[in-house]
Amino acid sequence: MTHAATHDDSKGQYFWVWGALLVLTAIEVVLGYKQIFEPVRMLEVLLVLSIIKSALIIAYFMHLKFERAIMRWMLVISVTACFIIMYSFFFRDAARILPPPNGLGVQ
Amino acid sequence: MADATLQHDAVQHGTSGDYEAPLFGAYSKKVGMWLFLASDSLTFGALLFAFSYNRIYTPWPTPFHVQSIINSTIMTACLLSSSLTMVMAVFAAQRSDRTWTRYWILATMAFGTAFIVLHGMEWSKLIGEGLTLPMFPAPAHAAVGEMADISKNTPQFPATFFGLTAMHMLHVTIGVIYLGVIAFRKWFLPVLAVLWAAGYFLIPSDNVFHYGIHALGIGLIIAAIILFLKPKDYDAQDVEVTGLYWHFVDLVWMFIFPLVYLLSTKIN
Repeated sequence: MTHAATHDDSKGQYFWVWGALLVLTAIEVVLGYKQIFEPVRMLEVLLVLSIIKSALIIAYFMHLKFERAIMRWMLVISVTACFIIMYSFFFRDAARILPPPNGLGVQ
Repeated sequence: MADATLQHDAVQHGTSGDYEAPLFGAYSKKVGMWLFLASDSLTFGALLFAFSYNRIYTPWPTPFHVQSIINSTIMTACLLSSSLTMVMAVFAAQRSDRTWTRYWILATMAFGTAFIVLHGMEWSKLIGEGLTLPMFPAPAHAAVGEMADISKNTPQFPATFFGLTAMHMLHVTIGVIYLGVIAFRKWFLPVLAVLWAAGYFLIPSDNVFHYGIHALGIGLIIAAIILFLKPKDYDAQDVEVTGLYWHFVDLVWMFIFPLVYLLSTKIN
């Protein structure tokens, strides 16, 4: 059996994680309602909250926290690297077709 | 091949022998599911990048009123709660409690189904108001109005909105079928067939889900083939691997909800 299947899980911690996820969702909704930030800042704040929520889901619900270090790091590094590559190529290349000043105006 | 089988058995049953322990310390099904989820995250990543690109560089509409935000918040709570019930199902499976494993999986399926129904209602409402893709004309009664104007002036919005949310809804539907097969095996197939037929005959033909319900039919055929080729009794590892998929579907929604809905609110 793997470590994930045998470690001493306390069910209470999963209810705490669930509660934290609901609270973070409520904060996001309130921010959406109040619209206290301008759009780009709002995007940044919501993305940070989403990354915290996804980290909680991956670490606790998906049990990655309890897997071997090599599995944790291989998955996190490879997926993050792919997203960074996607981000750096996608936006730069997509901006080429936009008219100046946002893009290069390439037809 | 024989070595691989023995090594697999040693991992499955925790026996120590002459074989080297697996690199990742997990059974092969779990590693396989993680690799699939890593690749699937890139699919959603590409769709989210496409959405964000259009969101930033296009004058973007904000069509989601209070009702849509309340609806999508309830959908989010359903998915988060379904993750908790899925964790409970994994615990029940690990202590070999088959009855409670089924109950918790059933609860997870109920939350997932509630999410799909609420999302379907949201889609139907938006389409009914005129938010459609260029290839599908708006209903006659919704040829003019806020949503019809958005479809006409910013076709990127319905294209990215429907593309992203349809992909996610498909994943949730597959997840519910997957859970049903793990919990009830071949006994789930007739239920799926009845839902497919009922959906096809009861949903009006001018509703997009009159055709979308065929996803259940495709799921039924694939599940029947899998159960015919490998009619096994699913164990705790299968439940845990199914749980990984289900939590991933929840995780993706944690990005779709704020990016698609909360950044396009119109609260008056």
